[in-house]
Amino acid sequence: MTFFFEVLIGGLLSGVLYALVALGFVLIFKASGVFNFAQGAMVFFAALTFVGFTEVLPGWTGMEPGSGGVFWLSFALALMSMVVLGIATEKVVLRPLVNQPPITLFMATIGLTFFIEGLVQAIWGNTARGLSLGISDEPVMWMLDEFDMMISKFDLIAAGIALVLFVVLALLFQYTRVGRALRAVADDHQAALSVGIPLKHIWAIVWGVAGFVALIAGLIWGARNGVQFALTFTALKALPVLILGGFTSVPGAIIGGLIIGASEKLAEIYLGPFVGGGIESWFPYILAMLFLLVRPEGLFGEKHIDRV
Amino acid sequence: MNTANQTAAANAAPYLSVNNIEVIYDHVILVLKGVSFEVPKGGIVALLGANGAGKSTTLKSISNLLGAERGDVTKGSIEFKGTRVDQMTPNELVKRGVIQVMEGRHCFGHLTIEENLLTGAYTRSISRRELNDSLEKVYHYFPRLKTRRSSQAGYTSGGEQQMCAIGRALMAKPEMILLDEPSMGLAPQIVEEIFEIVKDLNGKEGVSFLLAEQNTMVALRYADFGYILENGRIVMEGEAKELANNEDVKEFYLGLSGEGRKSFREVKHYRRRKRWLS
Repeated sequence: MTFFFEVLIGGLLSGVLYALVALGFVLIFKASGVFNFAQGAMVFFAALTFVGFTEVLPGWTGMEPGSGGVFWLSFALALMSMVVLGIATEKVVLRPLVNQPPITLFMATIGLTFFIEGLVQAIWGNTARGLSLGISDEPVMWMLDEFDMMISKFDLIAAGIALVLFVVLALLFQYTRVGRALRAVADDHQAALSVGIPLKHIWAIVWGVAGFVALIAGLIWGARNGVQFALTFTALKALPVLILGGFTSVPGAIIGGLIIGASEKLAEIYLGPFVGGGIESWFPYILAMLFLLVRPEGLFGEKHIDRV
Repeated sequence: MNTANQTAAANAAPYLSVNNIEVIYDHVILVLKGVSFEVPKGGIVALLGANGAGKSTTLKSISNLLGAERGDVTKGSIEFKGTRVDQMTPNELVKRGVIQVMEGRHCFGHLTIEENLLTGAYTRSISRRELNDSLEKVYHYFPRLKTRRSSQAGYTSGGEQQMCAIGRALMAKPEMILLDEPSMGLAPQIVEEIFEIVKDLNGKEGVSFLLAEQNTMVALRYADFGYILENGRIVMEGEAKELANNEDVKEFYLGLSGEGRKSFREVKHYRRRKRWLS
């Protein structure tokens, strides 16, 4: 039984990180109806930019490599880059395409993916790097002593950071003027325009926030798996999460992430041996496909409110 | 040529004036072919006409929501209180006091009624207390909304949604509301209720209204002045009472005629007079 919980908790923790990537998709999809295929590339961009700055900053400023100053300055610069990237994307790529069919917008974000991947590697080079957040990936001793469970300290802290981010965003959306405007825009562009909500500002804000989320995701995933091109594929892990949770729901993304994380780990342990193992990598997609048959709008996807 | 009719509008300073505007959708479809009219301060003016006459397009060209539908004002000008407003964004226009309540209500379905109302105040940077005062004022005019304040707007009735849409516009503290087809799909009793509130707001809050309506009879009962649009042109105008008693209007828009049923062939096409201003 202890082993079961160990697997379950490990799965849930990695699920939170899937949710973090999914959140970036949900934000943009909800507010502007664009499925942003470039979200994965943005995660990669964020992580590589951060690492790039940590490498060059000591040379530029004379700060000690690996010091806290370098870390936070790099973080601030990477954050600025992400916000600029997000806003520029909205302005240069998507705004001229307003009122075009969704598939056109989708294609534009695919193009954007290649552009961002190329751009960031042109700037910082394409070698794989390590990224350290100063949190070691070791079991939490207290859990090991009390319950005999191996829970990674890194996963625990990373999930904690992600959860704080979720809560802050949820509160902002629910209770602030801009948050309300965001939800209004997500509901009905035209009506939002008619009450004087400037869509362009709102979209710029959403892309900026999506950039910020991508940065957090990039740092955590980069610290876990190394900063390399494969980071862009984290976006693919977000797809089953979105299908499960619904493309338009922030809580959905979180719950979806938890379900995907937990089920893939449990499946690997308990079902894996029967089919020769290695099912962790494809199990989420099968789960998502089954789910599509039963509930295509996702667990928490916005149901179309129809009056008859 | 119609001095008598225009005295009411001319006595008041031109408040909102639309001068000979032409609107083209998608660069090819000519919808408005030179429309001119005025709304006096504190007036209720009705734009009447059949489906596709250009009523909604006229309202949207004033509120500048046309851009989102690939429409474009290609000729003419629109002035509000002496300033040209035809190149402004809806955001700037709302700040200046002109707001549109769209056809089909367009409430934010997943937001509660109260949240809907709050979004209306987006353009005003005001304190929490002022915001609450505005809310209370809206609830004063629409007591029904208060009872439904925490329900999702998508699940409220059509009448409540229409009230929510008008209330939301009120939250922006407008001087002028462009009201598009408020009677659409509502029971006659609710329509009366809503028009009563419009009249009330006009009298007590001094809000001017430009009203696009297909329900000619009700609209003329509450409006002071009316314009009739047909195929993108204004073909007739007058005091609301005069229009309501006009034989042609009765026949074409109120469905009343002296001689009982007519055969379809005898129905004359209404193209009596064109107006070209400025």
